[in-house]
Amino acid sequence: MTDATSKGPLTTADGTPLKRKLEQAMFASRLRAFGLVAPLLAFILAVFVVPITVFMVRGFHNPTYETYMPKSTELLLEWDGVSEPTEEMAAAMVADLIQARADKTIGRAATRVNQEYSGTRSMFTRTARKAAKMEAPFMAALVKAHKNWGKPEVWQAIKVAATSWTPAYFLAALDLKYKGDGSVVWQVEERQIHITLFLRTMEISLIVTLSCFALGFPVAWLLANLKVRTANLLMILVLLPFWTSILVRTTAWIAMLQGQGVVNDLMAFSGLNQVILQFMLLFRDYGDLKLASLCSNDVNGVLATGEATLQTLSAQAADAQTTCAAEMVRIYSASGLEAAVAQAGALKAEALRWGYGDERFSMIYNKTGTLVAMTHILLPFMILPLYSVMKTIPPAYLRAAKSLGATNWTAFWRVYFPQTVPGIGAGSMLVFILAIGYYITPALVGGQDGQMISNFIDFHMRKSLNWSLAAALGGVLLIIVMFLYWLYDRVVGIDNMKFG
Amino acid sequence: MNLKSILIGAVSAIAVAGAAQAGTITVVSWGGAYTKSQVEAYHKPWMVATGNQIISEDYNGGLAEVKAQVEAGNVIWDLVDVELSDVVLGCDEGLLETIDASILPPAPDGTPAVDDFIDGAIHECAVATIVWSTIFAYDTTKISGVSTIQDFFDLTKFPGKRGMKKQPKANLEMALAADGVPADQIYAVLSTPEGLDRAFAKLDTIKDSVVWWEAGAQPPQLLADGEVVMTTAYNGRIFNAFAAEDKPFAIVWDAQITDFDLWVIPKGAPNKELALEFIVFSTDTQRLADQASWISYGPARKSSGPLIGSYATKPDLLMAPHMPTDPENFKTAIANDFEFWADNADELNERFNAWLAN
Repeated sequence: MTDATSKGPLTTADGTPLKRKLEQAMFASRLRAFGLVAPLLAFILAVFVVPITVFMVRGFHNPTYETYMPKSTELLLEWDGVSEPTEEMAAAMVADLIQARADKTIGRAATRVNQEYSGTRSMFTRTARKAAKMEAPFMAALVKAHKNWGKPEVWQAIKVAATSWTPAYFLAALDLKYKGDGSVVWQVEERQIHITLFLRTMEISLIVTLSCFALGFPVAWLLANLKVRTANLLMILVLLPFWTSILVRTTAWIAMLQGQGVVNDLMAFSGLNQVILQFMLLFRDYGDLKLASLCSNDVNGVLATGEATLQTLSAQAADAQTTCAAEMVRIYSASGLEAAVAQAGALKAEALRWGYGDERFSMIYNKTGTLVAMTHILLPFMILPLYSVMKTIPPAYLRAAKSLGATNWTAFWRVYFPQTVPGIGAGSMLVFILAIGYYITPALVGGQDGQMISNFIDFHMRKSLNWSLAAALGGVLLIIVMFLYWLYDRVVGIDNMKFG
Repeated sequence: MNLKSILIGAVSAIAVAGAAQAGTITVVSWGGAYTKSQVEAYHKPWMVATGNQIISEDYNGGLAEVKAQVEAGNVIWDLVDVELSDVVLGCDEGLLETIDASILPPAPDGTPAVDDFIDGAIHECAVATIVWSTIFAYDTTKISGVSTIQDFFDLTKFPGKRGMKKQPKANLEMALAADGVPADQIYAVLSTPEGLDRAFAKLDTIKDSVVWWEAGAQPPQLLADGEVVMTTAYNGRIFNAFAAEDKPFAIVWDAQITDFDLWVIPKGAPNKELALEFIVFSTDTQRLADQASWISYGPARKSSGPLIGSYATKPDLLMAPHMPTDPENFKTAIANDFEFWADNADELNERFNAWLAN
């Protein structure tokens, strides 16, 4: 006994050191534990990690051109991209074209180059048809087949396509263009779209998260504090939409919000639209709620009869005039008939842009529609984590705060609210990250200014088949999300998040 | 309908598994009234005539599924109904089997198939069944007197919202047509930078009044809801709305943009031979004419024209005047230039989307 404790290491009955024995036992149990999670791990690896990695690699690796046009690839990669394309390159190109046409792979190479320079698809396929009969000098023969072969920028585009490991797609995802000579420039302005979309995606996701918080917090509080029976009923009301298909809920919002929809009908019926309209005219702020003119009679009158109507309007008492009438009269007296009629024309044009002849609001097929529908659909993801956190806050804390002299507000703000922060963190994170990748709802109700980046990823996946660009766009989105996650961790702390 | 045909297909696939003769092919199309017209005119007669079975599936267009199946080496579709631009793209990318046009049956009078089909209807990788078109339509109870493409762009004469598909294709062509470019010069003008600017400038004039749609089922709904006063649409959808659902819609054929729908076989399809047999069967003169009695898309064969009768469920509704190919409707038609779009789709989609977003 004394031996073992004072001199050598502890051993078990069979003489192995206790530490080793313990490790063996632990190893066996770890193995068992690993065996239990192994199926899940394999599943996640197979359906999540591997496909995402493979797809991400597409974002900067596209060997299409290299595979089907090997001879010209070799020379293009050696070419500096600045000097005149050589006869040797042209000869290799012709040889590749002949081979690719025979293999029926010319289209794939052409598609790849066309992504870099529009119009080269038909240049490739047409030239390939004539390639077999071409004779040296090949450069002249190529130019004869299609004049674009004479343009250095076409060769530069081919060089970009020939580079299999390329930053071109990630740069394109940021509205930049990678050129054959290695320089990076901005995409022409009329084709810059992605940065706008990333920003808008952030903006929409942020507004949706804030709206969900504003709407969800009181509901979660009620759920946590009402009597069990009432709370359960309320919970069902939260969960029922949650269990309903996204498509159904989105379409329901179309029925609610469209021009001839329920909300507009109710507003027109109750006269609420006139109130809102007057209010907006008061501030001359038509904003997103574009609507037809209340004063269309005045405007149409001025456009039709000019002077006569303006005389009539001028005779009206100032407080009886509509805003449009007042403005036209003001301009009439200041700058004369012509300017007043021009103003009427401008007002009319504006009225036509608003869309509806009977004071109805455009609330769908635009950003408003996207925000409303997304907020509704994502609301449960805010309410449920909030509820589960609030449920664990003992009501005695609030009572204690009040009994120590806190006002209702102080008790809420200093005692209750800080304890809900883990729920707010979890809910906001869930809603924001779900919102950032949303695409069905914006596709259905987004119109022109409610589209998000995922709609474009979908477009490149399904329509243009430019999967590399889709991968790059997805990659940028992933980086943004991870950055925000990191930021959240730094500011709030990820351990501080609680789902229940 | 769909589930039923799948079930029938599945059950009979098991039932006939032993028999060497009969087989099963998976045919994929766009769903709705269009798939119904194919089932009635092609699938049912073929199943009766040959004892083979068809599993009918729906999809939303595009080549993503075909590409995924071919690249994964796990092709489950035998035959797909696609648009012309996707044929060009898919054939170029090697996603589709080539189809030898000489296997197609001649017209009843002996004209070889290659001459009987309309120009462009036979492609290296595809055989067309129908001619469809993008037209614009309006609700006759709301407005009247609409007759030209200029009216679509005239917000002063016809105030109210317009529906348009959220893509540059067809819209740019219509914009130029409304701006006075003759049908045969549309693509020549579009190929120049000035022409493109001109088309976008014309679209600018109505941009703020446009409701953008994406799926073919949307425009009739937008019209019915009063959300728009006029909308571009696929002619068959509008026809279906007034023929089958008695909606008060009218089609304006001025500057219609015609296109094909074609059968293609994904590369490595499991039942390629059977799919080819089905193509031969479904593209003969009579079948194409039969399909035209179910939906107002024009048959791709000239010889089918005279055989077109009346609407399947309404004997007094003659189909011919509702066809895109009807001479009266065809006067100012613009034939979709697939090569122009194959070349420029990437760039124009970007520009169009940027234009939309700003």
